[in-house]
Amino acid sequence: MKSNTTKGPAAPKKSLGARIRENWQLYLLLIIPVVLTFVYKYIPMYGIQIAFRDYKAGRGIWGSEWVGMYWFERFFNSPNAARMIKNTLLLSLYALLWGFPIPIILSLCINQLRFKRYKRTIQTVLYAPHFISTMVVCGMIRIFLSPSGGLINLIAGTSVDFLTESRWFRTIYIVSGIWQDAGWGCIIYLATLSSVDSSLYEAAKVDGASVFQRILNIDIPALLPMAMLNLIMSAGSLMNVGFEKAWLLQTDLNKATSDVIAVYVYQLGIEQAKYSFSTAIGLFNTVVNLILLFAVNYISKKFNEVDFV
Amino acid sequence: MGNNKSLGLSDRTSDIILVLFTGLVMILVAYPLYYVLIASFSDPYAVYAGKTFLFPSGFTMKGYSAVFADKNIFTGYLNSIKYTIIGTIFSVSLLYITAYPLSRKDLPGRRLLNIFFIITMYFGGGLIPTYLVVKSTGLINNIWALFLPGGVAVGNMIIVRNYFQNSIPKELIEASEIDGCSHLRTFKEVIIPLSMPIMAVMVVFSMVAYWNDWFTALIYLTGAEKAPLPLVLRNILIKSSASAAQSSTISGGYAELNKITEMIKFASIIVAAAPMLIFYPFVQKYFEQGMMAGAVKG
Repeated sequence: MKSNTTKGPAAPKKSLGARIRENWQLYLLLIIPVVLTFVYKYIPMYGIQIAFRDYKAGRGIWGSEWVGMYWFERFFNSPNAARMIKNTLLLSLYALLWGFPIPIILSLCINQLRFKRYKRTIQTVLYAPHFISTMVVCGMIRIFLSPSGGLINLIAGTSVDFLTESRWFRTIYIVSGIWQDAGWGCIIYLATLSSVDSSLYEAAKVDGASVFQRILNIDIPALLPMAMLNLIMSAGSLMNVGFEKAWLLQTDLNKATSDVIAVYVYQLGIEQAKYSFSTAIGLFNTVVNLILLFAVNYISKKFNEVDFV
Repeated sequence: MGNNKSLGLSDRTSDIILVLFTGLVMILVAYPLYYVLIASFSDPYAVYAGKTFLFPSGFTMKGYSAVFADKNIFTGYLNSIKYTIIGTIFSVSLLYITAYPLSRKDLPGRRLLNIFFIITMYFGGGLIPTYLVVKSTGLINNIWALFLPGGVAVGNMIIVRNYFQNSIPKELIEASEIDGCSHLRTFKEVIIPLSMPIMAVMVVFSMVAYWNDWFTALIYLTGAEKAPLPLVLRNILIKSSASAAQSSTISGGYAELNKITEMIKFASIIVAAAPMLIFYPFVQKYFEQGMMAGAVKG
C-alpha cells in the first residue's frame, strides 16, 4: 500500500524483460509449486470429461466412448438420488445453523473473562478436540453411544442403539462436530476482539454500561465483518459434507439420513471402480457448490469490507 | 458514585455468570476425553457397568500393554511418525517457496500466479480424476502419494504470504537488497528468520493434518504395512474387530478376547490423540497472532 514517493527519486521504468530477468530466482522458487499444482490440480480438471464418457482404463480418456449426459440421467433416475441430495443439503445446513453462532457466542463470553490464567485454560481446553483425528472422534462416538454400557445410555438409563436409528444420525453428526470444532472456530473471533481499542471499554464503563451492554454495543459490531465473511464462506461449500464422518458413522440401518453424496462418490469410484459414474456425481456436487459460491460472492460484494475471491 | 457502586456489583455478578457458563462449556468439552482416559486404565466391564465416572475402577494397564504388543498398531505408529515428519517438512517448505515470490509486489505476473493457485481452492477435478492422475504418475502404494497430490495448501499459503507482506518491515528487505543480496539470500537471511511465529503455526497445522490423516492413505496406499495409525485403528474402533495378532496370542477364549478388544479401544484412542494434545499448548499463543496477521489482506 506504500506510495511510490517513499522510494526516493523515481527510477526509470524498466522493461518487462529486464524485470523478469531480475526476478529469475523468484520464478525458480515457484517451479516446483507450479508443476505440482498443474499436474495434480489442473490435469484432473481436464479429466472431468470422463463424466461424459464411458471410461475404460485400457482405452484412455480419448478412446473411451462419448455418452453425453448418460451418467447424470442414470443418477437422477436412481431411487436414491433425491434422498442423497436432500441428506447432503440438510446435513450441512444444520451444521451451519448450529456451527456458525456457537463460536461467536463462546468468544464473546471468553473475551469478557478478566482472569487471564482462567481465560487461557479455557482456550486450551476448547481447542483440544480440533487436534484429534476424525477416526478417533468417530471411535469415541461409537463407544459413547454403545447400547450396552455406552456413556450416554448409562447417564440416561436407557439402551438405545443410536447408530442404527436414522433419526439420530444428524444430531450425532452435528453435536460431535460442534464438540470438535466450535472452540477452534473461536480463534479468529478472539483475535478480532483482542484488537478492539480498549479505550472504548473505558468510555463505556464511565458511561455506566453493563457487561451485556458492552458486548452488545462494542463487541458485536467489531465481530460483524468477520462473522459475515465466515458465513459466506461456509454457505459457498454447503454441499461439501465431509466424507470422513459420514462414512465412519454410517451403518446399514441409518442410511435413510446418512446416505450422502460424498460417500456414494467414494463407494462407486474407489470400491466399485465405476470411474465415469462416480466422476459425474462428483461433478454435479462441485457445480452446485460453484453456483452457491458465485451467488454468495455476488451478495458479498454488497458489503464493501468483505471480499474474498 | 452511587451509580458506580451498583455497577461494580453488576460487574461482579456478570463475572460470576460468565465464569460459571464458560466453566460448564469447558467441562462439556473436556469430559469425553477425560472419560476415555480413566476408562483406559479401568476394567472394561466396570466401565460398561457404569462404575467409572470420575476415577478409574479396577486399575489396570493391560489395555496399554496390549496396544504396544500389537504389531499392526506399532507399525502404524511408526508410519504416522514418518509421514508426519516428511509431510511437515515438505509442505511447510512448499508454502514458503510459494508464498515468498507471491509476496513480492514487483514480481511480473504475480496476479496471474495468484489466480493460478487460488482457483484450485474453489474448483477441482474431484476424487476419481485426481485418483487417475496419481495412478498414472505411478504413486499408488507409494508414500509420496500422501504429499505430492495435496500440493500447495492454498489457504495456508495466503496466510503466510500476507504475513510476509504485513509483518516483515519492508525497510529490512529493501536494505538487504541495497546491500547487494540476491532474492534467495534475502529469503534466507531476512524472510525466514523474521517469520518464525507464522512458521510455528504452519508446522503445527501440518503436523496435525498429517498425524490425523487417513483418507489419502485409504485411497492411495494399498499395502497394509504402509497404513498410518488412524487407518490401523479403523479395524479396532469402527469395525470393532480384534486383530489377527491379538486373537492368536490370547488364550483365555472369546470372553477374554472381547475384554482385551474393549480395553484396546480406550487405550488406542489415548495413544493416538496424546502426541498432538501434549504438543499444541506450547505453540498456542502463536495461533491468534498468526491468524490475525494472515486474515488481513495485503
